Amino acid sequence: MLLGFPLLSLAIWVPILAGILVLATGSDRNAGAARVIALAGAVLGFAVTLPLYTRFDSLAGGFQFMEFAPWIGSFNVNYYLGIDGISLLLILLNSFITVLVVIAGWGVIKERVAQYLSAFLFLSGFMNGAFSALDALLFYVFFEATLIPMFLIIGVWGGPNRVYAAVKFFLYTLAGSLLTLVALIYLYNVSGGSFSLLDYYRLPLSFPAQILIFIAFFLAFAVKVPMWPVHTWLPDAHVEAPTGGSVVLAAMMLKLGAYGFIRLSLPIVPDASYYLAGFVIALSLIAVVYIGLVSLVQADMKKLIAYSSISHMGFVTLGIFIFNVNGMEGAIIQMISHGFISGALFLCVGVLYDRVHSRMIADYGGVVNTMPVFAALFMLFAMANVGLPGTSGFVGELLVILGAVKASFWYAAVAATTLVFGAAYTLWMYKRVVFGAVANHHVAALSDLGFREFLVLGLLAVAVLAMGVWPNPFAEVLHVSVSDLLSHVSQSKLP
Amino acid sequence: MTLMQKLYLIVPLAPLIGAIVAGLFGWAIGRRGAHWITILGMVVSTAASVVVFLDVLDGNVYNGAVYTWLTSGNVRFEIGFLIDRLSATMMLVVSFVSLMVHIYTIGYMADDPGYQRFFSYISLFTFSMLMLVMANNFLQLFFGWEAVGLVSYLLIGFWYTRPTAVYAGLKAFLVNRIGDFGFLLGIALILMFFGTLDYAAVFATARNLAGNTIEILPGTAWSLMTVISILLFVGAMGKSAQFPLHVWLPDSMEGPTPISALIHAATMVTAGIFMVARVSPLFELSETALSVVMVIGAITAFFMALVAIVQNDMKRVVAYSTLSQLGYMTVALGASAYAAGIFHLVTHAFFKALMFLGAGSVIIALHHEQDMRRMGGLRKYMPITYVTTFIGALANVGIPGFSGFYSKDAIIEAAYLSKLPGSGLAYILVLATVFVTALYAFRMLFMTFHGPERFRDFRAEYDEHKQTAGHGDHQESGSHDDHGASHGHAPHESPAVVTVPLILLAIPAVGAGWAIGPVLFGGYFGQAIAVAPVHDVLAEMGQEFPGVVAMTWDALATAPFWLAAAGIATAWYFYVKRPDLPAVIQEKAGLLYTILERKYGFDEAYQRLFGDGAVRFGTGLWKDGDVAVIDGVMVNGSARAVGWFAALIRHLQSGFIYHYAFAMIIGIVVLLTMIFIG
Repeated sequence: MLLGFPLLSLAIWVPILAGILVLATGSDRNAGAARVIALAGAVLGFAVTLPLYTRFDSLAGGFQFMEFAPWIGSFNVNYYLGIDGISLLLILLNSFITVLVVIAGWGVIKERVAQYLSAFLFLSGFMNGAFSALDALLFYVFFEATLIPMFLIIGVWGGPNRVYAAVKFFLYTLAGSLLTLVALIYLYNVSGGSFSLLDYYRLPLSFPAQILIFIAFFLAFAVKVPMWPVHTWLPDAHVEAPTGGSVVLAAMMLKLGAYGFIRLSLPIVPDASYYLAGFVIALSLIAVVYIGLVSLVQADMKKLIAYSSISHMGFVTLGIFIFNVNGMEGAIIQMISHGFISGALFLCVGVLYDRVHSRMIADYGGVVNTMPVFAALFMLFAMANVGLPGTSGFVGELLVILGAVKASFWYAAVAATTLVFGAAYTLWMYKRVVFGAVANHHVAALSDLGFREFLVLGLLAVAVLAMGVWPNPFAEVLHVSVSDLLSHVSQSKLP
Repeated sequence: MTLMQKLYLIVPLAPLIGAIVAGLFGWAIGRRGAHWITILGMVVSTAASVVVFLDVLDGNVYNGAVYTWLTSGNVRFEIGFLIDRLSATMMLVVSFVSLMVHIYTIGYMADDPGYQRFFSYISLFTFSMLMLVMANNFLQLFFGWEAVGLVSYLLIGFWYTRPTAVYAGLKAFLVNRIGDFGFLLGIALILMFFGTLDYAAVFATARNLAGNTIEILPGTAWSLMTVISILLFVGAMGKSAQFPLHVWLPDSMEGPTPISALIHAATMVTAGIFMVARVSPLFELSETALSVVMVIGAITAFFMALVAIVQNDMKRVVAYSTLSQLGYMTVALGASAYAAGIFHLVTHAFFKALMFLGAGSVIIALHHEQDMRRMGGLRKYMPITYVTTFIGALANVGIPGFSGFYSKDAIIEAAYLSKLPGSGLAYILVLATVFVTALYAFRMLFMTFHGPERFRDFRAEYDEHKQTAGHGDHQESGSHDDHGASHGHAPHESPAVVTVPLILLAIPAVGAGWAIGPVLFGGYFGQAIAVAPVHDVLAEMGQEFPGVVAMTWDALATAPFWLAAAGIATAWYFYVKRPDLPAVIQEKAGLLYTILERKYGFDEAYQRLFGDGAVRFGTGLWKDGDVAVIDGVMVNGSARAVGWFAALIRHLQSGFIYHYAFAMIIGIVVLLTMIFIG
């Protein structure tokens, strides 16, 4: 029996320890060893999360696999872990993506290999920490800690303008999260000296206090998601980040923001969440339409996908703040699905970039002639991004729209414009890059996918299709957690 | 699982397996392997459909789930089948026409480098279409709906090196998505009010909700059923190419001809018609929606037929004809004559697939020449193609005895009998369309098969034409250059893989109409279609129905017959007797001609308004919103402000880590303040 076995700690520390080991291999002379250790660490890190799914009791409420140990006694900060169905899926996704990123960087990254790979392993551990923390300060530490490896990934292995992008990324997200700490310390104070999220859930709070706390949280999480209008760091970060960095950024880091809404904002300040829901929904809908149109005119593939991410994350925040089961579950499923799809799309751009060293749509055309296998997989992911039924992209969008129409017909109507915008920007890009006659000698010289590229994209293709054809296994673990959350949120916490 | 349930699964899965094998392993099994495996799948599917059809004729109905796709809240989304007369009929039509097209493709695509991919796509399409018609709930309907749209997109752009084809594919997808936008909202409203997406459950409670209103705009109280029905119909307008979402269908002719027959004539474009018939219990509760449906259909029928008169591309004539016939079907739906709409769908599937495949046969004989001005006199070289295409055209025109006559006559009669607002206009338009239909159909026949052999004059220009043709059906690889040696020869009849499907389609194109009695007036569809007694024009017609033979003879004394005859005579006069006249008229009626030739200007207007407009708007939002305001003023502005403020107390250290520390200090200050205040 593994019961009581610290599975969550393993999910956090296996990648981090592997990262330390990788770092220990030192210079690029040992790059081969670094890669093998990193892959082993990532696979092991994913393997230890699988029992979380198999042993998860999807009928039980509350948090599972709880761990508790004192950390900073004088401030009552504890190493307090536990997950519900929502965190479970995000942890699984994160550990899965880490494996893919390690494989994807295999032959591409040739400088400072150990440091590169260890950064991803650290990041993976921190992320799992944030998704499983039940102590507010622990959450905050993990939440902020993820900035450092990502800052380095962009700043060291990024493109020509990497320093600007890295600093913008760092400051933007940091500035957003400053007030969170303030809010947490305030909560510590009024709760009589506790950082436990579970204590905060039960803590009555006056309406003005709730509003202030909501705003403090909102700034942090909205920047992270990112929501319009605090999204402008993301396209820059993506453009400069190496492929692996973009994948993790889009697939995982953005989810921290949405997770923060679910884990902190809603249950701690439910009255303020309800009160300000209209505002958040408005921003989400603006993201869907405005960003959809902005995506359309991007000349840079990475920027286009980055904007598309923002638009799709608009569905997530919309789903969360319409406060019904369909919307909430749709939002969470959309997060998972977006992890697969955006990761896959950035990998596809990476495949092209590695060969031609350009992200510009205009530098391509007729790729299908020289890379038919790639074109087929790229088409699948493009269609998933468009939200075609049978792919994972459809499930979340459908549920959010079904939920939104219950709140207001117009929410649903505006959100559903993504059917047109999403198809327009994705397929127009695909058309210009992939279809047509061979556009230039770079395209003519392209070689189709190598084994590792095929493996990574193939795994994602299977994930996208599996989730599209049979999403129920993903949704089943959510039901109790979501209904608990919604019933908790529906109760006023005003004193 | 019973035997019948296994058969239900086999019907869609056999094509799916064929598609997967041909698509993923086409490189291994080769061309022959790909067409054998997919055709085998289609034979199995068609045979199973026949068995299912016979079983349904015995009065059996099946409604059950296959698996639970998703649960959320108290909603259970399932994949499941509803097998009744309506779906079984559609299954039979889809699998049979698809089988014919599969066989035909062996001949048509013989030289194409994308052979395996093509077979994979058409089998995948068949799977999707079958899932669509077999669905027992709205979600699966939407699944199939989008999946056929995907395959349509892939097949229109099949020759992906041709910019026009790729553009047409994208256009088709986007226009359809506009329809889907409405469709999905309709489905969302259904789920909201009915709490389920299951057909049976929704239809059972529809009547109870008939009085509900919904406030879409503040202060309005619209009937819920009207809103839902019209939203669903917007989806049908996209898929079934009804005005004003019709613009994608003519362009879809960029795809290879077999898919024009299968997807853009016989099956996929009729999905909207099928859907409205399936959802008839909801449409019956809203006369407003029915009126809208009827008027849209009548406009499509008439105005698209007019455009067909001025087209010179053979496939485009047939494409506009398809639009017009789809309009007829839509009129039937609006007049609550759903059975007549489906009946016309079925006869049309046969005769229009026949016309397309006949056109394709001509096109390959002339080495992918599609311009009718470069044809003429082909009947003596291609007798089988000529006769079968002629049969298709006669059915399309609605000459008594041919299938199209029975179904179309019922629709015209239904429009006449309907008492809904707009039915008068609809009746006049569909009646006038009969004349136009005969004119364009026989114009096409005369220009192609009769008259002087103009193709000889153009042979010299052939090579030049190949390079400049805007919408020729030739292929990217130049594989038809192999035929260069044969240019001097007379065109010859197509091989058996082409002519046999033509003959097999010609049989139902004549005979299918003779089932009119039982299908329309004998309660064939039973419970599958609901009609409110006050709307039941078919019942009214049935009382006076004299039997099919008498109906055929009686037709000689009716307006539609004489209009058709007049149309044929006009076509004969202009294109056989006095072939110089059309040019004169074209000159005299320059404006009208230009309007028709420009297809009323929809393409340009949409491109300018929505295509260019979206790009301009998006650029504005990006440059002015993101770059100038948000980044320029807010982000960099606040960065500058912070930098300026930081500079005041700086000189400790530079670099961004300092900002972090600085920010933390602010945090602590604020915190302490709050603690003291609190």
